[in-house]
This record gives sequence, structure tokens and C-alpha cells, in this order.
Amino acid sequence: MAALAATSSLAVKPSPHGAGPRVIRNPWWVRAFFMTVALLFVLCFLVLPLVAVFTEALRKGMSAYFHSFTDPDVLSALRLTLLTAAIAVPANLVFGVAAAWCIAKFDFYGKSLLTTLIDLPFAVSPVISGLIYVLVFGLQGWFGPYLGAGDHPWFGAWFNAQDIRIIFAVPGIVLATIFVTFPFVARELIPLMQAQGNDEEYAALTLGASGWQTFWRVTVPNIKWGLFYGVILCNARAMGEFGAVSVVSGHIRGETNTLPLHVEILYNEYNFVAAFAVSSLLALLALLTLLLKSLVEWRAKKGGA
Amino acid sequence: MSVQVHNIRKTFGHYTALADVSLAVKSGKLTALLGPSGSGKTTLLRIIAGLEYADPGSGQIQFHGEDVTNVPAGKRKVGFVFQHYALFRHMTVFANIAFGLRVRRHNRPPQAEITDRVHKLLKLVQLENLAERFPHQLSGGQRQRIALARALAVEPKVLLLDEPFGALDAKVRKELRRWLRQFHEGIHLTTLFVTHDQEEALEIADEVVVMNQAKIEQVGSPQEVYDRPATPFVYEFLGNVNVLQAKSLANSGTPSSLSALQAGGHIYVRPHDIEVVPHETGAPGIPAVLRYIHAAGPQARLTLEQVENRATVDAEISRAELVRLDLRINSLVLLRPRQIRCFAEDYAI
Repeated sequence: MAALAATSSLAVKPSPHGAGPRVIRNPWWVRAFFMTVALLFVLCFLVLPLVAVFTEALRKGMSAYFHSFTDPDVLSALRLTLLTAAIAVPANLVFGVAAAWCIAKFDFYGKSLLTTLIDLPFAVSPVISGLIYVLVFGLQGWFGPYLGAGDHPWFGAWFNAQDIRIIFAVPGIVLATIFVTFPFVARELIPLMQAQGNDEEYAALTLGASGWQTFWRVTVPNIKWGLFYGVILCNARAMGEFGAVSVVSGHIRGETNTLPLHVEILYNEYNFVAAFAVSSLLALLALLTLLLKSLVEWRAKKGGA
Repeated sequence: MSVQVHNIRKTFGHYTALADVSLAVKSGKLTALLGPSGSGKTTLLRIIAGLEYADPGSGQIQFHGEDVTNVPAGKRKVGFVFQHYALFRHMTVFANIAFGLRVRRHNRPPQAEITDRVHKLLKLVQLENLAERFPHQLSGGQRQRIALARALAVEPKVLLLDEPFGALDAKVRKELRRWLRQFHEGIHLTTLFVTHDQEEALEIADEVVVMNQAKIEQVGSPQEVYDRPATPFVYEFLGNVNVLQAKSLANSGTPSSLSALQAGGHIYVRPHDIEVVPHETGAPGIPAVLRYIHAAGPQARLTLEQVENRATVDAEISRAELVRLDLRINSLVLLRPRQIRCFAEDYAI
């Protein structure tokens, strides 16, 4: 009994560093070993590549670096990337909130199927995602005859007149991006909304609020940080997506090239400074995303919501 | 405003939560819905509030004779306090209480009046200085009272509380219980609260509705349900009880008003209704052997074993009585039930 009491008092004694109770004590060399392994790994796989991007980009000096951005093809790729994100992110925002709301607040048949389907883009290789769109909307695909230069007697002509193209055009890029970034917002919100339950919504209803008022005044404020977080991640992926977009884009310079695709082209042309300069833009976007993400996490913790 | 429930049925898949329940809640009274978990009491409360709907084709909910069965929750003029309060976590206490007034489309009061009303309510629940706090900065008891103030802000005709003290620690629960009783004396709003704690229901309610397995077992004042339980379930749920064989009592020659005891029936008797006398007195009574004495507390609790069938019986006597009797473990005594109740065999649980 005495021995038991002694052990338990030892267990709750704060560690000398004041980091709370320390129950597990490992020899110093074990800790040193694991810490070294972790740090080396981070250094090799995360820090070094990031440093490499910026050193390569700045190899021929600042003027060469900035000169890379004056190329109209780079500017066009930048515009297209921003446009794609500007369409894909709001689309997935609306879809993600609606899906999370349905799944977290209601019970219906096929709920688990819907939850699984939302995860599909994470499970499928991005190249396959792109290929799906080619198969569906491409000239030889299901809807091919109705589209673009399709030869369907009625619709083909109409679409021809409108000149609507999906594959090897901007709509295809947007569609593929939406598909790939589909789960981010919903995945972020579903556990959050499930944890919060329905009581606050019910309370609002008994107080006379309409469904719309309840949604805007109770549901949305409660999920705003999770929503913001999901949007940041969704945006980062939308701007950086390569595989799916590569399949549907057709790599037409100045027309259907996004930033990641343009990096590849520049690199293949041995234009390393320009390739890394454009890469650095994407790397900066990633750093900004991480910064925003930490900021949101910090705010969310502080706000208690 | 009175509430009438007529033949309400509610099923979830194959599970029956309410089986044709009817109930009349008196206007201005504090009524407790008492029962174990799964008895359907919370479901009934939520159906009255309009948060859930009874099975199609089942009965009616009426407020003061007016059918509200298909009226949505927001238009029923009920105040609902949730078990875990469900305060809007991103709003201050002030905004929480003002919510019901601010969302009004028609006759929304002007800002000055809303402010005035919120402060009056905060004063009513004695938390005037907390208006600018957020829910997570409040204690459990404070949240409970803010939830009550929020429900009252829309001037409900009926107040519904789901396990109002369930999430609080024992001491706060007792304080708040008394506070709610006094509060009810002050406003006299028809109030219905759900609880699984019989002590709570008996202490503060004007009327107790005992529920079990989707049905109402008994409705009555606290004294009525405690002293004259209608069913074995109510007897057992509302306090400790001994179940004795009717024939033990008949064999012992105890004079009893229940001369027509069926030999196979069960006798229900509360521990404090058992008189313990020394065996030497030779009076009529059930012979039993004293096994344990738990003397810590206001009353001494005795565990006894009947000589006839070795069945255990609990008895409660005062500490003074214990000293006077000078009882020893394993001594032989006689048990004389003062107040008993008989339920036929097939009626027992």
C-alpha cells in the first residue's frame, strides 16, 4: 500500500521543466536518437527542397528572377490558376457546407454512402480523376458527340455555334480542380458539426427563429473557423493541383496552362531560373497557407469555437 | 396555460418510445416527469415542445384546449431548457437572452426595449453582472440560469425543462432545485420538467408523473405517489422497498387489514415502515436474524435475514431506537410492518 502511494505521488510530480506530469522516463540517448532522426527527416524532406527552390530561382540574381514573371505565358498561367481557384473554392465551399450540414444534422438513407463518396477524390489518383473527365466529356467520350467539334446532329451543332469546349479548355481544368478539392471543406466540417450536435439549432427554433435565421445566426458562426480552415486547404490544393489538371488541360501555352503545369514546361525547356521562380511563387503560397492555418487554429482556440 | 396530451404514440423503428400516452398538465403548476432512462419522458417533453412529432395518425397535443399538434416549435410559445443548456457559444449572455426577441419578423421590440427586457431577466435569475460574458466563462449553475432566462425572454406560456439539474454537481443541484421552486412561486408559469431523480421530483414538484417503459404508471402529488404507489414499479422507483412473500406475513400472525391476502401475492413495505422488536416480547411478527448494522447517518439501517426463507429485509430505525433495543449482530428479532401494500403475483415485476 505504501509502495503504491509512493509511486502515484511520483507520477503526479511535475517534471523539472514544468511541462506537466512526467510518467515515462527514457534514457537521454533514446530521446536524443529519436529527436535526431525526426529533425534530419524534416531537414532532408521539407527544409532542403524549400531552400533549393529559392536558391535555384535566385541563381542568376534578382533581376533574372523578376524578369521571369514578365513572360506573358507565366502571367497567363497565373491568371488561369487564380481563376480556377476563384471558381473551385466557392463551389466546394457551398457544396461542403451543404453536405456537412446534411450529414451531421440529419439521418437519412444512404448517409454513409454519401460520406464515402465525398472521400472518393482523396482515394483516387489525381491522374485518374482527370482521365474520368476526358472519358466523360472528351470527343470520344459519353458527352463528346454533343460538345465542341462533336457531330451530334442537333446538340453538336448548337454547341459548335456556342463554341463550348470542356476538355483541353478552361472548363475542364475547373471541373477537374473541383473534383480533386471536393472533400476538403466537407471533411473539415462534418466532425465539427457532429461534435456540436443539434441542440443549439433546436434552441433557436423554440425561440422562434426561422430555419434560415437559425442557419445564419447559429450554425454558421459556430463553424466559421473550421470553415475557414477547410477553405484555406482547399485553396492551396486548387492552386497547386498538377495531375488531374495535366490530363485535361492539353498544355496550350497562354491558354490552358496553370502555374504547376507551366513549371513543368519551363523545366523541360531547361529554363531553370524561370521554372524555379514560378515554383517559388507556389512555395510562397504554401507558406502563406501555413501561416493562415496556424493563425486560424490560434484564433479558434482563443475564441473557444 | 394547461397542456393536454391525448393518446400520443411515438416509435423509432421497432422501438416504442411512447405507447398511447395521455396526460393533463395543470395550469400554473410545477409538474415532474419522472422515470428511469429509456422510459420515454424526454421524448414526451420534446413532442410537447414541437421538437419532435408523434407518429402520424396518433393523438393530439393541446395547449389550453387548442390543438397544436402540427404547429411548429417556434410558434407554440414554449420555453425549452436543454439538458446541456445549448447556449449559443459564440454569443454573449446578453445576445443569448436577446436572441428570441431579435429574430422576430413581426412586432420586434425596439433596441432599447430589448436591452431593458434582457436586464430585467438577468435580474430575475440573479446574474446581472454577467451580461458581457461568453457561455464558456460561466459555471454550470450560471449557464443553467441563463438558459432559463433565454427561454423566458420570449414570454412562453409553458416552460419545459429537460433534466434541468442533470449536468450539475450534487451541491449546486440542491441549491438550484430550491431556487427553481422559489422561482416558480414567483412567476407561476405552467412548468414541466424531466428528471430521473425521484428525490428531486418529490421535493419540488406540485405533481409527479411517473413513467416506465413508454407508459405513464401514475400521476399524483408527491405525497400521493410516495405513500400510495399504484404499481410495484412506482413503489420500487420512489425509494427503497422490501418485497416480502404474503404468506410469511400470514404465517407470522401479524394483524393486518389485508385479511384477503392471496397466498401467492407480494407485500411491499418501505424500510422505515418496519418496526423491529426483540424476539423475547413474543408479539406477532416475522422472525428474522440481524446480519449487519449500518449506523453512519441520521438513521440506522439494518440488514436482516428472514428465518423462514433466508430472504433479506432492510429496515430503518432511529439511532435512539437502536440504542434502546441494544441489538447485537446475529440476534433474533421480530419484524412488524406498519404500512404495507399488496400486489397480486401476476402484477408484480
